[in-house]
Amino acid sequence: MGWFDSLVIISDSAVRLAVPLILACLAGLWSERSGVVDIGLEGKMLTGAFAAAAVAVFTGSAWLGLLGGVAASIVVSLIHGYASIDQRANQIVSGTAINMVCDGMTALIGNAIWSQGGRTPQLPDSALFASLTLPFVNEIGAIPIIGDLYRNLLSGHDIVTYFAFLCVPLTYWALYSTRFGLRLRAVGENPAAVDTAGISVRALRYSAVIICGVLVGLSGVYLSIAQAAYFQPHMSAGKGFIALAALVFAKWRPWPALATCLLFGFLDAVSIRMQGAVIPGLGEVPVQAIQALPYVLTVVLLAGFIGKAIPPKASGVPYVKER
Amino acid sequence: MSTPLKPLPAWADVALIPLINVTAAFVISGLVVLAIGENPIEAVKILIGGALGDLEGLGYTLFYATSFIFTGLAVAICFHAGLFNIGVDGQAYLGGLGAALVCLYLPLPGYSLVIVAIPAAALFGAAFAAIPGYLQAKRDSHIVITTIMFNYIASALMGYLLVNTLRNPKQMNPETLPFPRGGTVPQLFELLKPLGIVWPDTPLNLSFFLALAAAVFVWVLIWRTRLGYEIRAVGVNPTAAVYGGVSPSRIVIITTLLSGALAGGLAVNVILGSEHRLVLEFTAGFGFVGIAVALMGRAHPVGIVLAAILFGVLYQGGAELAFDMPRISRDMIVVIQGLVVLFAGALEHLFRRPVAALLARRISQPPI
Amino acid sequence: MTSATGAPPAIELVGVDKSFGPVHANKNVNLRVERGVIHGIVGENGAGKSTLMSILYGFYEADAGQILVNGEPVRIRSSREAISHGIGMVHQHFMLVPPLSVLENVMLGAEGGPLLKAGAKAVRAQLAHLAKVYALEVDPDAIVGELSVGLQQRVEILKALVRGAEILVLDEPTAVLTPSEADQLFDMLRVLKSQNKTIIFITHKLREIMSLTDRVSVMRRGEMVATFETSQTSPPELADAMVGRKVILKIEKAPARPGAVVLEARGLRVKDDRGVTRLEDVSFSLRAGEILGVAGVAGNGQSELLEALAGIRPLASGEIWLNGAVLPAAARDPKAMRRLGVGHVPEDRHRVGLIMPFEACESAMLGFQDEKVYGAGLLFDRGAIIADEAAKMEAYDIRPPAPRLKTANFSGGNQQKIVLAREIERNPAVILVGQPTRGVDIGAIEFIHKRIVALRDAGKAVLLVSVELDEIFALADRILVLCGGRVTGERLPEETNAQDLGLLMAGVEQAA
Repeated sequence: MGWFDSLVIISDSAVRLAVPLILACLAGLWSERSGVVDIGLEGKMLTGAFAAAAVAVFTGSAWLGLLGGVAASIVVSLIHGYASIDQRANQIVSGTAINMVCDGMTALIGNAIWSQGGRTPQLPDSALFASLTLPFVNEIGAIPIIGDLYRNLLSGHDIVTYFAFLCVPLTYWALYSTRFGLRLRAVGENPAAVDTAGISVRALRYSAVIICGVLVGLSGVYLSIAQAAYFQPHMSAGKGFIALAALVFAKWRPWPALATCLLFGFLDAVSIRMQGAVIPGLGEVPVQAIQALPYVLTVVLLAGFIGKAIPPKASGVPYVKER
Repeated sequence: MSTPLKPLPAWADVALIPLINVTAAFVISGLVVLAIGENPIEAVKILIGGALGDLEGLGYTLFYATSFIFTGLAVAICFHAGLFNIGVDGQAYLGGLGAALVCLYLPLPGYSLVIVAIPAAALFGAAFAAIPGYLQAKRDSHIVITTIMFNYIASALMGYLLVNTLRNPKQMNPETLPFPRGGTVPQLFELLKPLGIVWPDTPLNLSFFLALAAAVFVWVLIWRTRLGYEIRAVGVNPTAAVYGGVSPSRIVIITTLLSGALAGGLAVNVILGSEHRLVLEFTAGFGFVGIAVALMGRAHPVGIVLAAILFGVLYQGGAELAFDMPRISRDMIVVIQGLVVLFAGALEHLFRRPVAALLARRISQPPI
Repeated sequence: MTSATGAPPAIELVGVDKSFGPVHANKNVNLRVERGVIHGIVGENGAGKSTLMSILYGFYEADAGQILVNGEPVRIRSSREAISHGIGMVHQHFMLVPPLSVLENVMLGAEGGPLLKAGAKAVRAQLAHLAKVYALEVDPDAIVGELSVGLQQRVEILKALVRGAEILVLDEPTAVLTPSEADQLFDMLRVLKSQNKTIIFITHKLREIMSLTDRVSVMRRGEMVATFETSQTSPPELADAMVGRKVILKIEKAPARPGAVVLEARGLRVKDDRGVTRLEDVSFSLRAGEILGVAGVAGNGQSELLEALAGIRPLASGEIWLNGAVLPAAARDPKAMRRLGVGHVPEDRHRVGLIMPFEACESAMLGFQDEKVYGAGLLFDRGAIIADEAAKMEAYDIRPPAPRLKTANFSGGNQQKIVLAREIERNPAVILVGQPTRGVDIGAIEFIHKRIVALRDAGKAVLLVSVELDEIFALADRILVLCGGRVTGERLPEETNAQDLGLLMAGVEQAA
């Protein structure tokens, strides 16, 4: 049963690699659906990761770490929100600035505190989110195939992972079934319509920016105190940008965002596993080709060769009341 | 309800506001240093001492500045056309490939090799920028997103080539064979030695002068040629440009090509001028420094050269600072860079209203 | 129809005054709108209709004056407050969210709770009810962006009704509609009126006023000049009130001596950026040595006409002939048209004709940047550029005579002279002139008018588009009237008057 086991193992690792992408991608979705373009996901992810690890180091609590990571990410989000909403800044410039500041600041502070080149000390297991075992693993696990999937793929993840997957239906529900979601979708497309309906554009956009901060902060929390057991400079390694690509690829919709993030996570897992592997007749698989695939696919989509990715109409445009 | 902003006098617009913005970035950086528990004034002293205190420091400072002039110009020329090219890093990376291919595979005699390698770097940079430029002009694909994607595509492509195809077989490191001597841009200390002038052994090379020439070229192009006129027209007011017979999509493509070519200058300085072989990730994020340099220099070549030298000081002095004050790692420079982008770019109007109010009060006050 | 029942008027405005900087948009406006009537408001562009309605809908607050709804004085500071007083607005540019469904658009801001489900059910029922009572049928699950313009407007009306609007304000509602859609709208409004809703209908088309409204108020230059019972007035009387007794600017002008036909338009059809047809079957010819004035209320296709002739906007169909030869589509870009000797002074100098942050001398070569005078080689000759503009500034008395000053720092009149100098000094055979004196001071107006007449006398063919009837009368040798993108009439100035043109501009076609 070699190939099946391999598939389960790759899928399991794909899930783990997809978690930060899902959270960050949904974060971007909330922000951009409200009309605030966010290329600063990477920086906020790092901020969340660093703050979570730092708080966990000092308190020994994963939950306090989570709070710290999310709070720090919200603060950064609000800076971007202030620039984008109140200062009517160029949102790309603001996002770029945030990526730089966060990238430098996390490493700088980490180094200043622990003098290990920006790395935090290794966290003890008690300060990490442990993997949870789903009920009846032994019973269901005994069933062939389904049991393997249950035991090795569904069970054994930490709470952040389960929450990330829960966020997809939550986001979907909030966007399409609540008053807030309706208004949010409207404000990203035509803020004037929202304004004339007597609803505050500013309050809506700030709420969206805060939700974005929470979710992308969680993706950072996952990186440092669930997936790894430390913070290390630049540890997000471009995941914020892959999430951005996934958002474009998913055309700013929650379920396709999940599918895209899983696909990108899967590609990542395959590329790790394929390192040095030789496929008969093809020779060695260039790992980099698989790594570049998400970006290539996104560009192809953006170019309109396979469908068209149309962003929310008002995204990136500050709202100025007319006349 | 906000009242419309009164226009500021020109001097305040051109000099005072940018100065206040950059100052704000540095004041906050100082506060960060203070929070870390070091003395900011002491830090500045070490930084400037390390960067400008001796000829060696100066050499490195100008070497870094050379890279930043190129990337700053690359970002700025796009600003003039109303475009945001975040892909300078990737374009420079590909520029390095162009230079390396010429130096490794073209059997040209002597320094004719580098004379071909330099345009090759520009050409490869331009070609890599051409795709996002074309997609923006013809398919309306947002150049910000595509250039971000292209940075990662460049990274993967170059990683593959350096590991699998171009790697020096005698080395484990992903780097090529050293280039022949004719495939290098001469360093300053080599040139000055025969003249009896002592210049320390630093990577500062003739690319510095090429960068200054590029700055002059960009200035002439933007303010003294028809193409520059049309670039600025498209950047400021595309509707009026169309009325004036200018095709915005043509301008978008030409501008991104020029931007990519300028990005190739980073490869000339680092690969041909210093490393003398192609190495992994040699761009070191300097393409992003270009964003800060272009914003701080207000997209004007003179401002860009000055901002590039300032960032050269920060990068060189920052290395010294990290050595003397280990708690302030070189990441401090990235923080400063980000704060400059934040205050000179995103929050550029933050101080406008207070300054306008202040000036208005000053002017309306009766003379005593 | 009057307040015979003793009920207070639905809306009463008392002494409403509003200024934007130096522009006095509403001057001491009084208006009484009785309950259950369709009340029209007419006026030319810039008469202050839209400002007045924006005040009523809480977009602006008036500087002075009072608003009474059903006899109660109220303050309306936001759209929300307007809605709560039962005022609904159908904007000229719809306030809809195209990717959302009809139901979602209608619910927006009136969701009836934090979850959509209950509200959606109620609104769906309400829509079904409204469909039955007012014959306002729309599929609630259709995506708004995929609906026709007429149906989108219906959604706007439904939005207001679902919010409990008793008073409905429609701002130029027929501007975007086809004639049959407009008829449907009128039927709809009549049904609403029969259910005792009050409707304020803003338009400049007298035909619509006559066929739809019960009463009509006329605005002119920010003032409310008259209110009539529609049955007791006539289009000529309304046109008179709209246009007023204008001071005719007299220009010393010899009779025209028209030469050969230079420019000819045959069956032009032009669409705007949104794909809406703005010009339909427009044909005319323009001779050397004459000024053809194109009159019309703004937004009736004049802009598209100028853009099409200047090569900026493609033709959906039709032909443009120049000097007896048809111009193929490939030869109709702005650069080519300039080379063929067609000059163009665009209507909007801020957005199109000049580049505000550029130096005046740079703005003064827009469109001609390729010419050798500005530098024969690769580089511009800055000296020549500055000298060229300095000479033009002298000839056109542009102040300050500073070619290197930023374009934005010149006054409106001087900016316009920069454009005129640029276009006229090229000695074009045809010159297209749009709104040459909009936002220009009196002194400059006279100067500009004389220049245009001088061009004609020099044998140039001049096409003058203006929404100012005075200007048309002062300059034109022949007058073409556009309404709704069609030519509604052609007149000689000596055989017509403001009232006659006003009727044509309002879409009332009649024999000369």
